[in-house]
Amino acid sequence: MAINFQNALGTYETALRLRSQRAEILSSNLANADTPNYKARDFDFHAAMQSAMRTTEGKAGLLTTQDRHIEAGNSSLGVDLQYRTPTQPSIDGNTVDEHIEHAAFMENSLEFQTAFTLLNSRFKGLLSAIRGE
Amino acid sequence: MGLNRIIDIAGSGMNAQSVRLNTTASNIANAESASSSAETVYRGRHAVFAASYNNMLGHPDTRSAGDQSSVGVSVLGIVESDAPLQMRYEPNHPLADEKGYVYYPNVNVVEEMTNMISASRSFQVNVEVMNTTKQMVQRVLTLGQ
Repeated sequence: MAINFQNALGTYETALRLRSQRAEILSSNLANADTPNYKARDFDFHAAMQSAMRTTEGKAGLLTTQDRHIEAGNSSLGVDLQYRTPTQPSIDGNTVDEHIEHAAFMENSLEFQTAFTLLNSRFKGLLSAIRGE
Repeated sequence: MGLNRIIDIAGSGMNAQSVRLNTTASNIANAESASSSAETVYRGRHAVFAASYNNMLGHPDTRSAGDQSSVGVSVLGIVESDAPLQMRYEPNHPLADEKGYVYYPNVNVVEEMTNMISASRSFQVNVEVMNTTKQMVQRVLTLGQ
């Protein structure tokens, strides 16, 4: 019986990639907290994870019958970026609420560490299976 | 990996905030710099921030053109405030003009102090983002150990 890395690692790799992408977006929001007319952005992690999982399971793939068809459901983790609704709109058109973004960034990094720990434990499990300990 | 780009984004934020702190420091330091004419008097300076979207910080945009998830800050330039100058009647001042007026900068010290606090807070937030990202990258490096 062969060890299948795709099955053994589960969805944690996808989760890690989405988490790092979200960290990037949130850090952009925080860096632009004082930029006039900057609109804060984010994506729905739950929805992005669901669509990524559907894509990896191959259920959402579209059949391509000609060479010029564009392949749907690739692995590029396209996320649906949305604009945040400001709770306290400011006069310069900036919609970054620093505390919300900060909290979201911290939460995101904790979730990143969680996904990482679980992925790491999968690797440890594989390693002990290979060693036969 | 997106994590390396976060360090660039936070770095651009820190750079922009330090430019802002610099202009604030100049404004406060020169708040009482008198002059004898309206042309030579110091005027308040302010940094203009703008979001820098594509090809930010020298990174070739490897992803699709519609993807604008990494947005740094760039300082477009420094503008001089066009608020009215303060004219004070001080005939005994060595820099007074023939009518006895001395020109003082259009710097509002209270405004500059709030600017300073805001800039230093934003700088701190960017430092924290950088530290958190550093921890995340270091964790990733221990994968499989």
